[in-house]
Amino acid sequence: MMTFDIDISHRRALTGRPRHEGKDVSKVQSNYSEQTKWMLRVKIDRDRAAFAALFDHFAPRLKGFVIRGGTPAAQAEEVIQDVMLTVWRKAEQFDPHRAQVSAWIYQIARHRQIDIARKEARPVPEELKEDPGAEADASQILAIEQESEHLKQALQRLSEDQRVIVEKAYLGELTHQEIQTQTGLPLGTIKSRIRLGLERLRHDLKGLRS
Amino acid sequence: MTAITHHIPDHLLASYAAGTLPHAFALVVASHISMCNDCRAAVAAHQAVGGAILEATSASPLSSGLRASVLAQLDAPARAEPIYDRSGIYPGPVVAALQGQQPKWKALGMGVRQTILTADAESNARLLFIPAGQAVPDHSHNGLELTMVLQGSFSDSTGRFGIGDVEIGDEDLDHTPTADPGDPCICLAATDAPLRFKALIPRLLQPLFRI
Repeated sequence: MMTFDIDISHRRALTGRPRHEGKDVSKVQSNYSEQTKWMLRVKIDRDRAAFAALFDHFAPRLKGFVIRGGTPAAQAEEVIQDVMLTVWRKAEQFDPHRAQVSAWIYQIARHRQIDIARKEARPVPEELKEDPGAEADASQILAIEQESEHLKQALQRLSEDQRVIVEKAYLGELTHQEIQTQTGLPLGTIKSRIRLGLERLRHDLKGLRS
Repeated sequence: MTAITHHIPDHLLASYAAGTLPHAFALVVASHISMCNDCRAAVAAHQAVGGAILEATSASPLSSGLRASVLAQLDAPARAEPIYDRSGIYPGPVVAALQGQQPKWKALGMGVRQTILTADAESNARLLFIPAGQAVPDHSHNGLELTMVLQGSFSDSTGRFGIGDVEIGDEDLDHTPTADPGDPCICLAATDAPLRFKALIPRLLQPLFRI
């Protein structure tokens, strides 16, 4: 049976520093989650201590994750090493307006596992180019974090059967046909998150593409 | 550019995010996402679910040297991966499948041409070039077929498909898509049916003779 260990430190403080909008937003706000703060320090300052903190948080979780996702136990640490080095090397692609750190690392881990299994790179979409002049939008970053927290809670509220199906789907144990026919798969729980992501993408891309 | 109206269904986006979509379909999804922010955001949402599952995974003990080994490699030079941007009508993932080269078209008759992009045991993808007014070949569906328009447009009984639109074909879809007047229609077509080169030409001519 799957256990869910919830680290209280993930929950961002809602109180404290008043929320600033627009220009006054510092690059790394203190009310972001720990993971977002670490990731932004890696991205902006190439901060090794922040990377070590990310490693300590994610690498032990990645181990069980990649083994469940089909990587032989003997190869798991090799994959973890590749994934964490990719986190360091591609940190500039992390955009907290569009993704939570865990979602970004999930995607890197699944890519790595598939590329190893196929010995061929998986097709990836064109990267969205970040507007270098754009100000960080703390309210959007916090909104993404809040949605991720809601999502995590929603997953915890699922029945055991449903949770097993969701985990199978996202760990790569179901084919697309099986995902389509699994009536227990609560794809609806992610609707609010889709809406938020869309708002941001539309905002980001205004003027970049017409 | 006209707005995209035919999108990728959610279960295929979830499968793409989880990495279980056969390679040729993943190529179509990646190409569509490159042009469609709605579906890009939907994939991001699926990745958020995956991230939540990763967060909820119990920590497992690591070998004692792993952390130090990773930290020691932060300055090591990394192999640069080629990044393929959009080129003309071709989205980045198609350019990557072409390895940055122009498509090498092979004539199929009646002005229709194709370039195979990828083929394995599970799935295959090709570019199709269809002159205006011509019917799209190879349209019996043994499994799933995704057809994304890159240039021009085609129409069938289910509607009109313009640039960026994806038609989802399965066993239930029986149709004769035809390239609309104007530019030749260039499509990215992926299927999980086996490649049948020999059968392609007669079957291509079939709908024309029926007219």
